[in-house]
Amino acid sequence: MAIIRTEKLTYKYSEGTPFETTAVDHVDLEIEEGAFIGVIGSTGSGKSTLMQHLNGLLRPASGKVIFDGMDIWADKSRLRDIRFQIGLVFQYPEYQLFEDTVYKDIAYGPANMGLSESEINERVLEAARFVCLDEQQLSQSPFALSGGQKRRAAIAGVMALRPRVLILDEPTAGLDPMGREDILREIKAYHRETGCTILFVTHSMEDIAKCTQKILVMDHGSVFCYDDTAAVFRRAEELEKIGLSVPQITKICSRLRERGIQLDDNIYTVKEACRQLAECYNKRKAGGTDA
Amino acid sequence: MSKQIEVQNVRFHYTDEEGNRLSGDVLKGVSLEIEKGSFTAVLGHNGSGKSTLARLINGILVPTEGTVSVMGMDTRDDDLIFDIRRHVGMVFQNPDNQIVATIVEEDVAFGPENLGIDPQEIRKRVDDALRSVDMYDYRLHAPSQLSGGQKQRVAIAGIIAMRPDCIILDEPTAMLDPRGRREVMETISMLNREYGITVILITHYMDEAVKADRVVVMDDGNIILDNTPDKVFTKPELLQAVGLDVPQASELLWELKNAGLPAEVNAIDEASCVEAVMKLFD
Repeated sequence: MAIIRTEKLTYKYSEGTPFETTAVDHVDLEIEEGAFIGVIGSTGSGKSTLMQHLNGLLRPASGKVIFDGMDIWADKSRLRDIRFQIGLVFQYPEYQLFEDTVYKDIAYGPANMGLSESEINERVLEAARFVCLDEQQLSQSPFALSGGQKRRAAIAGVMALRPRVLILDEPTAGLDPMGREDILREIKAYHRETGCTILFVTHSMEDIAKCTQKILVMDHGSVFCYDDTAAVFRRAEELEKIGLSVPQITKICSRLRERGIQLDDNIYTVKEACRQLAECYNKRKAGGTDA
Repeated sequence: MSKQIEVQNVRFHYTDEEGNRLSGDVLKGVSLEIEKGSFTAVLGHNGSGKSTLARLINGILVPTEGTVSVMGMDTRDDDLIFDIRRHVGMVFQNPDNQIVATIVEEDVAFGPENLGIDPQEIRKRVDDALRSVDMYDYRLHAPSQLSGGQKQRVAIAGIIAMRPDCIILDEPTAMLDPRGRREVMETISMLNREYGITVILITHYMDEAVKADRVVVMDDGNIILDNTPDKVFTKPELLQAVGLDVPQASELLWELKNAGLPAEVNAIDEASCVEAVMKLFD
């Protein structure tokens, strides 16, 4: 069942001025409950603007956002509650850390929900566990943490809301490979354990290939395609044309196929490429027939 | 080839205004020579000291111990700092923090204007710089309406207009989409190849580092590897141990080898990886 649906969602920046631009243009979308969806698109394709509509930060110029079967703008008194249920982690969220300890920063959201001390405590510890911050780090100032740790503390602040949908806007941007890997692993584990619906916006095709089941591709404010990860990466040429790309391993496998190696046309991880190549190799060695 | 930049036994820690130590040693005795016209990539996880090294090279920071000299000029000499900065330009991660004017060409002119260059010469340099990064058609646009990749190329043009011999880029593509990354990388390679500008590129993207002719890997304030890309990226265990990865091209060969296939881990890009795999099927 769809947890979020949009109907002809349209948004214009600087509406009514000579600079008017349509950032999101009649988007119809269905997000399945529990899915892990990657969102890609070049700068200015409307992906961040679209995400900011999903929890009511932006109000559509026309069209609807439907959460749990109800138009989120139908009753404004519900909006606050909706923002707790659809958590949004902005780009470079660590710039928004402000409390004097990491603990207090993570507790800020749950405290605003009006929860009891013990419930807040439970949620802070749970969220900290998801992002692998220990108790000693919780008592430190956020500014004493490394870049990757700060980023994870900021993500924990949103996880502590126990949202039903977690939207992450470029959570790995600017991190080193290990920092990226840590965050990806933690988000995957979070998805597995909580069953929360995840929307993951990124410019890294390699990152998206590692964790998502489905990819939403935005281009010029419209949905370019919305399909299974393998099906999307099969369209390498079209993706290049709209300023995107496919993982390097997908390009390598496509060249190997052209050279006569029998690989599937939907490989997007090194692991899968290795498995299929080893299979081809062993078959060839055993049978002496064509690979 | 001649040495353009010499870093000798540099140790560095941050201090406050009174000279009290604020950090541990960020650099622990680093020595590095950069040849004129070379293209060097510097890798290392966050906190490994690579950005500090970059800031030492154009004199934003000065070493606690040891020396840094640019074309023979010591960065500790305050009288030389403007000369040094004219020789070594720096491009940072976030294009929005580097653009100062409201029109593209005015932004590019900002640097040369501050060097007190003749207005006619500035006009020429601005046009040349914008052409070289392929942004001439946008010279009258507002930077705010450009894409990230375009803004970053304007920032690079602003540096080129000062006619530096060397450009240091500190993660210039970290905030860009795939097209922006391609545009900026093509611009950097072209400046090095066609204008002979020395390039020092700090990056977290292994596929970018592969384009350099030398890769320096930093870890915990030391240089732990310094070699050509094909030597560095065919050592996945070592790189992974210091929190880095290798391009998927070499990762695939490494995985095949681990799976018991007689694969040679010698490729760092798509083309050479395809050839290495095809060898298995010969």
